[in-house]
Amino acid sequence: MTAGLLRIRDLTIASRERELVHGVSLEVGRGEAVGIVGESGSGKSLTLRSVLGLLPNGVRRTGGAVELRGRAGLVLQDPLAALDPLMSVGAQLEEVCATAGGLGRAAARARALELLHLVRIPDPEARRRDLPGQLSGGQRQRVVLAIALATDPELLLCDEPTTALDVTVQAQVLELLAGLRAQLGLAMLFVSHDLAVVGRVCSRIVVMSQGAVVETGPTERVLTAPEHPYTQMLLDSVLTVPEAAS
Amino acid sequence: MLRWLGRTALSVIPVAIGVVIAVFALLRIVPGDPARMILGEQATPESVEALREQLGLNLPVWQQFVDFVVTLVTTGSTGDSLQYGVPTRELVLDRAPITLGLVGLAVLFSILIAIPLAMIAAVQRDRLPDHVIRVIPMVGLGMPTFWIGLILILIFAVGLKWLPVGGIGTGPGEPLRSLLLPALTVSLGFVPGLVRSLRAELVDQLGADYVTTLTAARVPRHRVLGRHVLRNAAIPALMLFSVNIATLLGGTVVIEKVFAINGVGSLLFSSISNRDFPVVQGVALFCAIAVVIVSVLIDGIVQLIDPRARAQRGGAVRRRREASGTQEERA
Amino acid sequence: MRFLRRARRTPTLLVGVGMLTIVVLAAILAPVLATHDPAQQDLAAILQPPGAEHWLGTDQLGRDVYSRMLFAARVDLSIAGIAVIAPFVVGVTLGLIAGSVGGWIDWIVMRLTDTVVAFPFTVIAISIAFAVGAGATGIIVAVAYIGWVVFARVVRGSALRMRESGWLAAARGLGYSRARILFRHLLPNVMPQAIVVLMTELVVIMVAVVTFGYLGLGVPPPTPDWGTMIAEGQSFATTKWWIPVIPGLAVVSTGISLSLIGDGLSDVWKVR
Repeated sequence: MTAGLLRIRDLTIASRERELVHGVSLEVGRGEAVGIVGESGSGKSLTLRSVLGLLPNGVRRTGGAVELRGRAGLVLQDPLAALDPLMSVGAQLEEVCATAGGLGRAAARARALELLHLVRIPDPEARRRDLPGQLSGGQRQRVVLAIALATDPELLLCDEPTTALDVTVQAQVLELLAGLRAQLGLAMLFVSHDLAVVGRVCSRIVVMSQGAVVETGPTERVLTAPEHPYTQMLLDSVLTVPEAAS
Repeated sequence: MLRWLGRTALSVIPVAIGVVIAVFALLRIVPGDPARMILGEQATPESVEALREQLGLNLPVWQQFVDFVVTLVTTGSTGDSLQYGVPTRELVLDRAPITLGLVGLAVLFSILIAIPLAMIAAVQRDRLPDHVIRVIPMVGLGMPTFWIGLILILIFAVGLKWLPVGGIGTGPGEPLRSLLLPALTVSLGFVPGLVRSLRAELVDQLGADYVTTLTAARVPRHRVLGRHVLRNAAIPALMLFSVNIATLLGGTVVIEKVFAINGVGSLLFSSISNRDFPVVQGVALFCAIAVVIVSVLIDGIVQLIDPRARAQRGGAVRRRREASGTQEERA
Repeated sequence: MRFLRRARRTPTLLVGVGMLTIVVLAAILAPVLATHDPAQQDLAAILQPPGAEHWLGTDQLGRDVYSRMLFAARVDLSIAGIAVIAPFVVGVTLGLIAGSVGGWIDWIVMRLTDTVVAFPFTVIAISIAFAVGAGATGIIVAVAYIGWVVFARVVRGSALRMRESGWLAAARGLGYSRARILFRHLLPNVMPQAIVVLMTELVVIMVAVVTFGYLGLGVPPPTPDWGTMIAEGQSFATTKWWIPVIPGLAVVSTGISLSLIGDGLSDVWKVR
């Protein structure tokens, strides 16, 4: 087996009052797209955040190991909250470029524009002066993606990146993600409560419930022949386009 | 900008009206003859009647109010001082600079003391420095400001003899040197509450998603704190000040008695001893107006420095410009 | 009860209640615990340092400081305790109505609040006390006029959140009358936060009572009061520093106990 990019073993995370994640293990290989599905409170977001050690206040990793061999970028759910509301998107992106690559101002600006092009922001020269509040939701999320890509990562950590977006915009962002992955050879760990989205984007699925992994396997197998009743329940609740009434 | 002015006027005008009514009603909040209340129980019926005439208390209430407002608008006074016979405005404005200087100095000290403490506590959340710093609001909120003043006098003026005990001196470094200890006292009374609120605000900011995003993108901690968190916390912090300015002013007024400072506060106390009610009204009105003006000023500053507000103003211009250009694809 | 169980596991609450109990008991049992009559002067033994006869020394009229402290506790605590009732009731009621009904009632309450808040508490309290007369009554009336604002604001916020969450509309949809919703449903929900604020307000009011005493607007002598004790002791502070300092410590301790209780309660009830 090739050494994976990310290996999580027996991860436990707890707050002051109770354990939130019990003994979660998963692996992500180079270029692989793995999805974590579950309802709110299943511990999927915490698992994702622990890869970079970015757990929220009062929550700590209490056991297990996280082995990350490479750099990871993070895309969070709410792009409005994920960006500093008082600074232009250009300035924020340039700041990341400068510190990540040790670049000077001009070089950082050039790289920032390059990244904005990469995430398909129209008219980047004009948009870079905008505040996050002035962009649309989809544009904001692209900026967040650009920031994640600025560190030249091998793994993209996505926490419900499309949940806060309109449905039509969701599709565009997912398409962008797929394109970038192919172009840059990125691996991805994609967290969502939406089984349909995860199914589209990932080749392997990890199903979590109440802080533990209940099932894992290749996407096709999990979606067509789930072994755990919880997975079946998730499947059943996915709305499909209804047959036209005959 | 015009919209902001309109909005501000809409909220300030009712308050101004309310303040004027409240000041007018001060003497009449308890049933009984206001003139008798001023002169006390031993007053002779003749002197009571004379005062009633002088204060216009024999007129119907609505007319008294109209006269009050007219006097206020034309002379800026709440009447004539019963003791000195001059319009209250003169007495109040004469003392105002000292008090305002004291408040300004106190604000400066509060900022210098509270911000570092709140930052350390927030960044070191739930660790030892945080627990130690969180004791300060707990202990400090129950400390009467005048008592703090006494202790400071004992330590610095009497014990160490670094600073004067009271009054405003005329030597070198004055009046600053005399105002140092009083201002420090007022700010120490204010700091506990300020530290608590600032810390809470900073903790909120530190937990925000943008901090996570930037940290994940390897931006160094000190940059995240200095360039992002502090700026985001600054505006709520300014609003905090705006809300608490009245408390600060109140503390200053009491402290003037402890340190024998000749400001608006000591005017208030001497007027109370002398039963000079119009001056009491004048001081109360001055304080309220000062608070309202400062609130409006702070709100205005926020409008100027908040890039989101600026964007709204600039945005109107840009939107008009773009409307005539090509329609962009919004993703 | 679940509350008692959780309360027992919250150290802040326990310590706070413990401290407050000591203070309150000292106040209630003052006649029993005092060693001397607080008003009794002994001009032969003025300004004595703490010793066997007078545990905390004597003041400038030879009165026993320790006994005066106990009786002062009675005065200051009872005035503060009484003074906070009216603001609490009025503030919570106004806040409930303003937050849940909204509209012009809310607007009026907000403007009223803004007007009161524009005046520094001390300044307006002194002015009102001037009009009403010094002493306990003055303080209580002054606090009644301005102390309700904090409660109104906090309760209004809670009620507003409940209204916006659609909860209110649902209850109305079920056919409950406005009054019933207000008292049997909204009130219990806003109570925890209101009581936590009550603890903070008690500290503020107690400090105000002591400040009034210091300024000479409090209860008349010879009734002891922490504020007047500090004021009287001020002149001797350079040599007999304990006379003005110790009453202040009493105020601070009471303040700490109340703050601890407030913090502890907000932990137990999970109030923000």
